[in-house]
Amino acid sequence: MLEPYDALFNNISDRLESLVALNAHNADKNIHEEMAKSGIERRDFIKWAGAMTATFALPAGFTPLTAKAVEVANRLPVIWLHMAECTGCSESLLRSEDPSIDSVIFDYINLEYHETIMVASGHQADLSLEEAIEKHKGNYILMVEGGIPKGTEYFLTMGAQARTGAQECIHAAKHAKAIFAIGTCSSFGGVQAAYPNPSNAQSLDKIISQPIVNVPGCPPSEKNIVGNIIYYLMFGTLPRLDAYNRPTWAYGHRVHDLCERRGHFDAGEFVQHFGDENAKNGFCLYKVGCKGPYTFNNCSKLRFNSHTSWPIQAGHGCIGCSEPNFWDTMSPFEEPISNRLIVPITTAFGGAGADKVADTVGVVALSASAIGIAAHALISGLAKDKDA
Amino acid sequence: MAKKIIVDPITRIEGHLRIEVVVDDNNVITDAFSSSTLFRGLETIIKHRDPRDAGFIAQRICGVCTYSHYKAGVSAVEDALGITPPLNAQLVRSLMNIALLLHDHVVHFYTLHGLDWCDLLSALKADPKKASQIAFHYSQYPLGTGADELKEVQKRVGDFAKQGALGPFNNGYYGHKTYHLSPEQNLIVLSHYLKLLAIQREAAKMTAIFGAKQPHPQSLTVGGITSVMDVLDPTRLAEWKSKFETVKDFVERAYYSDIVMAAGAFNKEDSVLHGCGLKNFIAHEEVLLSRGKYLLSSGVVLNGDLSTLHPINENLIKEEVTHSWYQYNDTKEIQLHPYDGQTNPHYTGFKDGESIGLSGKLEKSKVLDPQNKYSWIKSPRYDGMPMEVGPLASLAVGLAAKNPYTTKVAHQFLKDTGLPIEAIFSTLGRTAARCLEAKILVENGLQTWDSLVENLKSDQSTCAPYVIDKNKEYKGRYIGQVPRGMLSHWVRIKNGVVENYQAVVPSTWNAGARDAKGQKGPYEMSLIGTRLADLTQPLEIIRTIHSFDPCIACSVHVMDCRGQDFGEFRVDPSFARFDRGGQHG
Repeated sequence: MLEPYDALFNNISDRLESLVALNAHNADKNIHEEMAKSGIERRDFIKWAGAMTATFALPAGFTPLTAKAVEVANRLPVIWLHMAECTGCSESLLRSEDPSIDSVIFDYINLEYHETIMVASGHQADLSLEEAIEKHKGNYILMVEGGIPKGTEYFLTMGAQARTGAQECIHAAKHAKAIFAIGTCSSFGGVQAAYPNPSNAQSLDKIISQPIVNVPGCPPSEKNIVGNIIYYLMFGTLPRLDAYNRPTWAYGHRVHDLCERRGHFDAGEFVQHFGDENAKNGFCLYKVGCKGPYTFNNCSKLRFNSHTSWPIQAGHGCIGCSEPNFWDTMSPFEEPISNRLIVPITTAFGGAGADKVADTVGVVALSASAIGIAAHALISGLAKDKDA
Repeated sequence: MAKKIIVDPITRIEGHLRIEVVVDDNNVITDAFSSSTLFRGLETIIKHRDPRDAGFIAQRICGVCTYSHYKAGVSAVEDALGITPPLNAQLVRSLMNIALLLHDHVVHFYTLHGLDWCDLLSALKADPKKASQIAFHYSQYPLGTGADELKEVQKRVGDFAKQGALGPFNNGYYGHKTYHLSPEQNLIVLSHYLKLLAIQREAAKMTAIFGAKQPHPQSLTVGGITSVMDVLDPTRLAEWKSKFETVKDFVERAYYSDIVMAAGAFNKEDSVLHGCGLKNFIAHEEVLLSRGKYLLSSGVVLNGDLSTLHPINENLIKEEVTHSWYQYNDTKEIQLHPYDGQTNPHYTGFKDGESIGLSGKLEKSKVLDPQNKYSWIKSPRYDGMPMEVGPLASLAVGLAAKNPYTTKVAHQFLKDTGLPIEAIFSTLGRTAARCLEAKILVENGLQTWDSLVENLKSDQSTCAPYVIDKNKEYKGRYIGQVPRGMLSHWVRIKNGVVENYQAVVPSTWNAGARDAKGQKGPYEMSLIGTRLADLTQPLEIIRTIHSFDPCIACSVHVMDCRGQDFGEFRVDPSFARFDRGGQHG
């Protein structure tokens, strides 16, 4: 039934079987019991696995494999490091999806080191880190949250020996099986790396030499964090990545593609300013600065906080937070990028930032008809401005 | 002989914090130093940008108190431009703030601070039936404490412990002498600890309903809010209210009763009955209940004197950097007002020294240099004095202001615990004050919701129009109360872009280094005089520091890249104009 996928199906099955043979760090723990304790029924779990399978762009027939991957997640030790960041990515994870399968998975894997939730402090915390690296050499997943100062290492030190953030990343990465940069800060440097980057914060890939999967977003959704773990368990390799090392299963489409206000965009119906009648009617937010057409992420599909909402539902445009250097290239956030094609401004970024993006990505990303509509709407807006 | 103890990292907080103390031969702390070891520089990054972007960048100061800096950044710009957002927008912002305050307080007590009070492993020895009965001593309708449920909790944690793989609970200070809850009481707290994981998700959704997501909501804009569709949707309003009730239930039937229980168990533990060496408090009014009416009070209390309330004079808020890794240029002033604040990094590093290691013996370590500079946190001062901010400050100010909401809850707590009022000036009191703030919020927060519903009947406006004139100079500020205390953001706008931006945040007030006069900040003062039971397991230090709910990314300031060419960054004023009615700023 899966013909073109047979080989892939068999590969994943073999991979999962080989994981079953490994020692579980918590052999007595069973994901179904863990879920039952959290009030999650088997049926919900399978539904969730089906949704996750679809998110990975795999056919429905792979759903049992996704479920199986979760079941062997207790073979997976994880070390999570905090660098120059706001802890928002960790917080995002703690708010996990409803039913909270994602968070149960995080309970279920062996989270050996995570400063926000671990009990140990000081020397005992350092000990936990060293023990984890030693015990799971070559076998653990490293997740890093936050940018890392480079050449200015004194902007981040930790421990009684005042080791630097960069040293800690290099040390923990050395024996890691796979490495994920969680959030826009470790993926691309993030907010502290925005112009003029006073602490010379860098992305993780500027600090270590191993391959890295970037999971950007400010913060990334819990689905995108947990999904990478499941994907890794299923395939045993890094996922297919785009030019910015983002997994295409999560970052393969623009926010614009599945936006609930897309129909209004196509119809040329725009919010002219926040709080107007069009805003009450849920019109497209492009003219008040939405960066959905330039931003690759699955927010329009998965939303946040158990599907409670997402920026465009809340009437604010996307600010492009999963794109490299978005703080510089997507701002001002409440202006359309294409405005600058008509009203060029000199930026602090020497023209290599926002203007450049408007010229290239903007034109490429928007289809010709969409540009026509946007330009039309924009020009009519400007005409009204002149009248006012 | 005096010995040094280093605790770095302090975990279960936001950010990177290092505490160093000196203990005498009796293991009593004689001196203490608080240091942040991370610098990010966000205020510099806000400079020279569109003022409408300030809130978004400021928000990334912290992903825990994620809404606080967003609201502060947007409000400071509104204040500068002379904008008053419509009442609906003010009330929705207040609903989001109530959600954040509640979320932050419950998460802090259980996830971050709870295991300083509750010995996880002792709960395994408890008799669940007995524990179930004990729960009724503290609440008429206790939550999650049926004997069967407690047994299940015990089994869950027991299985965990049996495997010897405690994961994130590894290497805790289990069996420490200063744990005083009985096994049964520990089991009750543990049950609530697990319950909280679900409750906090509901509290986060309360922010997301009108805010798009949490952390980092995205529905405020200069002039008002953008989530007009959610505000005008009765099902969304009802959703908020129902989640409020869920959180209220948890606060009243679990959080408050656990704090009363802990107050009883720890009322002879010396290390938590002090911890407030500095009794100067400052707090600001917050939580709009209806037009012009706030739930929490403003003011200054000095030396613990609750009989006198001093009004806040904003001009007296200043910051100095004598012992912080910064220096002020081109000025003879030691302390600068935030409108003129500077943040030029000047790192002088650690010294080689010795401290008590894991084994209890002295080991070679890097140590702070307190004679010189030793932290990335500045030292804010009010009228030259260090001040404590936070729920304890708000409680003290509320009592001094004779705020009826505060007074009612505080008196009930003192009655329920039998503690004298002086007892609030302690580590225990600081932890209790946070719970009392949550109690005040759940008892009165629906007034805000009612006011919104009432106002929507005749007024649907959510955004005020404005114009940013690039030929004018503006300055403005936000001052308010957020989960960790009084927060202020200060902005100057020139040529249509941000000219200077400073945030004076709660954890800066509390965690700051000493000043030129040698006056210590609240963290440092709180530790002095504390006796440690075991030098290799400094639980007393962690418990007292956690009672402040440290948020260190917030408290680390930003550098001013002096002499650097920012280039030209203009914003065409027509970008900011969306008013079609011809109003002008």
